[in-house]
Amino acid sequence: MTLFKRRGAVCIATLQEDEVKVLRKVAEEVVGLLTEGFDHTDPVVGRLFPDVYPGAPRESAEFRRFTEGDLKTGKIDHAGAILAALPEEGSGEVRLDAEAAQAWLRALNDARLALGIRLEISDDTVLELELDRALAEDPHSARVFQLSVYSYLGYLQDSLLTAYTA
Amino acid sequence: MTAAPQTTPSRTARPEFVEESEFARPWVTIVHNDPVNLMSYVTWVFQQLFGYPKDKAELLMLDVHHKGKAVVSAGARERMEYDASRLHSYGLWATVDKQ
Repeated sequence: MTLFKRRGAVCIATLQEDEVKVLRKVAEEVVGLLTEGFDHTDPVVGRLFPDVYPGAPRESAEFRRFTEGDLKTGKIDHAGAILAALPEEGSGEVRLDAEAAQAWLRALNDARLALGIRLEISDDTVLELELDRALAEDPHSARVFQLSVYSYLGYLQDSLLTAYTA
Repeated sequence: MTAAPQTTPSRTARPEFVEESEFARPWVTIVHNDPVNLMSYVTWVFQQLFGYPKDKAELLMLDVHHKGKAVVSAGARERMEYDASRLHSYGLWATVDKQ
């Protein structure tokens, strides 16, 4: 799997074609979720835009009224930074300056949060066991694919963070 | 728990005094543990947002991790709402409460 390395102020990774495809799909899904698919009743939206006053829906809604627009725009921009840095097709090198690296870290996190909700990841989840179980049930299921993507995104985020903060 | 009063209590309790003392009570921003965010990422966010050195940010992250939640900042309500929205922009689960 790919590791980010730091060269000067830039974090660099050479991504395989599969990785580029997965990252594009994931970033596009996040953008979709935040634009035409935006739905306050979706638990993913609930996690990305949490109630700031639990148990006080009116105050939370008031806070949301003032902050949600900027928050949404920021998250769309971060996902856009992933799309902007990916090679147009095939495999290729990704070069991230400080600003792009920060946007990637945040966008990868949003994508993991979204997938984590869909996959019902909990504190007790052991990812390897979960993946083994899903593989045993049906190796071609969407769950196997999503668990693999979730695991990959965590690996990539950690690798980028390590390189960026080195 | 409440903070020590800033001023000597007025003998005639006027309604606006009550509002004032209510306002002066410190608010807090709380970060809650969640099963997805990487520990290294949460530490980095605390460094980024609050300018903490790494060891302090790490202790705070561990506090959230082990206790399920931790206070990350305290002060005026507007300031706490600002902190919470910044934390949300990094994907951390933050809420605002009265201390």
